[in-house]
Amino acid sequence: MGEVSNQGLQGGEFDLTQFYAVFFEEAGENLANMESLLIDIDIEAPSDEDLNAVFRVAHSIKGGAATFGFSDVTNLTHELETLLDRVRRHELALNSSMVDVLLEAGDVVRAQLARHQGSTTDIPETSDLVGRIKLLASGAVIEPRKPAGAAPASAAAPAAPAEEALPEGTRRLAVRVGPITDGKVADNLAELFRDIPSLGTIAPADAGTLDAGGFRRFVVTTQSPDSELIELFSFHVAREQVLIEPHVAAAPAPAPAPVAAAPVVDDSFGFFTDLPAPAAPAAAPAAPAAAVAAAPAASAAPAKAAEGKPRAEKAGGANLDSNTLRVSVERVDQLINLVGELVITQAMLTQQVKDLDPAQFRSLLGGVTDLERNTRHLQEAVMSIRMIPMSFVFNRFPRLIRDLAAKLEKKIELKMVGEATELDKGLIEKIIDPLTHLVRNSADHGLETADKRVAAGKSETGTITLSASHQGGSILIEVRDDGAGLNRKRILAKATERGLPVRDDMTDAEVWALIWEAGFSTADQVSDVSGRGVGMDVVRRNIAALGGTVELESVEGQGTRVCVRLPLTLAIMDGMSIGVGGETYILPLASVIESFQVEPGMIQTVGSNGRVVKVRDEYMPVVALADEFNVPRFNGDEAGKAPTEILVIVEAEGKRLAAIVDELLGQHQVVVKNLESNYRRVRDISGATILGDGHVALIIDVSSLVKRTRH
Amino acid sequence: MHSILAVDDSASMRQMVAFTLKGAGYNVIEAADGQEALDKARGETVDLVLTDQNMPRMDGITLVQNLRGLATYATTPILILTTESGDEMKAKGRAAGATGWLVKPFDPGKLLEIVRKVIR
Repeated sequence: MGEVSNQGLQGGEFDLTQFYAVFFEEAGENLANMESLLIDIDIEAPSDEDLNAVFRVAHSIKGGAATFGFSDVTNLTHELETLLDRVRRHELALNSSMVDVLLEAGDVVRAQLARHQGSTTDIPETSDLVGRIKLLASGAVIEPRKPAGAAPASAAAPAAPAEEALPEGTRRLAVRVGPITDGKVADNLAELFRDIPSLGTIAPADAGTLDAGGFRRFVVTTQSPDSELIELFSFHVAREQVLIEPHVAAAPAPAPAPVAAAPVVDDSFGFFTDLPAPAAPAAAPAAPAAAVAAAPAASAAPAKAAEGKPRAEKAGGANLDSNTLRVSVERVDQLINLVGELVITQAMLTQQVKDLDPAQFRSLLGGVTDLERNTRHLQEAVMSIRMIPMSFVFNRFPRLIRDLAAKLEKKIELKMVGEATELDKGLIEKIIDPLTHLVRNSADHGLETADKRVAAGKSETGTITLSASHQGGSILIEVRDDGAGLNRKRILAKATERGLPVRDDMTDAEVWALIWEAGFSTADQVSDVSGRGVGMDVVRRNIAALGGTVELESVEGQGTRVCVRLPLTLAIMDGMSIGVGGETYILPLASVIESFQVEPGMIQTVGSNGRVVKVRDEYMPVVALADEFNVPRFNGDEAGKAPTEILVIVEAEGKRLAAIVDELLGQHQVVVKNLESNYRRVRDISGATILGDGHVALIIDVSSLVKRTRH
Repeated sequence: MHSILAVDDSASMRQMVAFTLKGAGYNVIEAADGQEALDKARGETVDLVLTDQNMPRMDGITLVQNLRGLATYATTPILILTTESGDEMKAKGRAAGATGWLVKPFDPGKLLEIVRKVIR
């Protein structure tokens, strides 16, 4: 076997890190899958299919983690697997505290994986959790939300019933070290325990020499977490060479049917039959066939693989296969950028050829028309790559609601509508926090407790509805609850206390608008759910930063509805181009209300330099964009005639202003370019675009302009 | 060239096994569960089957039973890759007609070592 162990050591030459990314992705999908299974599972009568699926998640992650050397993940998922195995065999009945613990464990595994991916350095604490999992696996019942007090000693119950009880918090672990070439290196680990008495005890679990695979084995009794042990061990052996597992009193496994004359000590594989003899005849008939069939088999294999794909099973990892392709966002963005450039080039071409004689340049003009159409389709197709369904955001809410309901002691049902509605990836990621805040608010402040609801003649269970739908060029996301609604009196009292301008004759809408003001919070007490500090003003600001708007409606006793409206994408915008002096600017079309020619006497001067205009009984500030952006105007001095001025009324966050411009040039879709990354931040400008004639036009940041001129 | 059918529901495990075996000059056919493996096995013969035990749709033991029912797979070596090396699993594997078992986790070198033992 000496030769064999050398071959075993070749394992070190394989670079396992190349499989890490797939493993992390797969594990992430498995965890998400487990979470949704657990949340939907019928605790009273779980289906075997669901139980097996949840078990497989733990099993699969454990297998991968062990292979790739993430021993902390292996250890935790091993405990989960033990528990889930007993549940799926119906040795234990599923209960809600089990689901709680499983969900918590899923979070911890996610954190462990995040650490191995390098996105965090926090080492999740697992000993308490592991204790509770073991307790559950032993058949004990855990009172909800109380840490496990009692002995996790009966831990590996099904496998090892008879181990002497260990003191609380103490664990017995099987430690495997290797593959290493010099068995004495591992003895250094024993030294560690001699040097650091608080670490616990170590005992060799082998004869003190390397086994066939180059491994040494120990049994460790300790109160220290695995992470600490590995930390210490790594002084002597590489982290990857240490595998820590809960110690299971070995049921003596008789090595059946030795392979060769020499008995194998290694139990990591084995054969049921004597190999050398049967292997030869087995291979003999197959060999000629294989030789002949080798070429066709090889070419047939990929074809088979492709056609065998339609899988009914939506198991985790399924979309790692041939139907989808995972591409980094940078590559997609590069593609979008290039298509953006192409759109500009195409627009320039279109502009260049528009004055050509249609008769003479018929085919050229036809080509340009085709180019325009194809470019538009290409752009739409490329943009759609970035689109992902809202379920990406919505999927996290069942868990959130479940946790909130438990914490707030309310009964909450979550309804979700329109999860398939698609939205740009960049926007989706940024809408998660504001939406989470709104949902938390609904659960915490909106919905009443069960007894209050019953007293008010409503059903015990409150409902929060999340919906998403497309409306024209934007997406509408609604968070609706059937709770108590906003309390006018309380808001007014709070606003007065906060020194906000308040009148008794304010309309409801005006009162509701107060909650969007900075620092406003009406919760009777600060709760750890909604907390304090991050108010609705932040939600509103974040949504506005995405080019969106938020509105709120509420009826006392009936509930509250918050509507968030977002553009579908940040990369393309409908704009109105306006001329100011010799320059062209773009106003986001969504913010333009109306425009009209300035009549003499329309604009009134207020104070020293303020100007206002009265439009339909509403006074609003007037801003001359030429002054604002220091654009020289040279067409005013001809024949002493004042230039024709046009007022464009724009609105942002419910506030309006009138902008003086020289001309309205047209409406078109513009490809938004980030100004900051190409130049620097400019006040009142949100970005830039390249026009059909190749000139750069700046896009006006209406909300910044409105805010600045109204204060 | 010898062909090996590698069956595992975990894509990362499948990739690692396939990568290792391909690197050693074997032709590898992959399947994500027992059912897919059985469908593929009906289409062609291989020199070795490596299968995981716990998989959706059809587990490893059931796959072994089904394969042994096919005339072309009566003597093909079949190894079960398993995380449990307990007697129960071994008894089941033996009863189903598997050739042997290999405990996960294993390193790629170990896998090749064992594959060389069964494919001559």
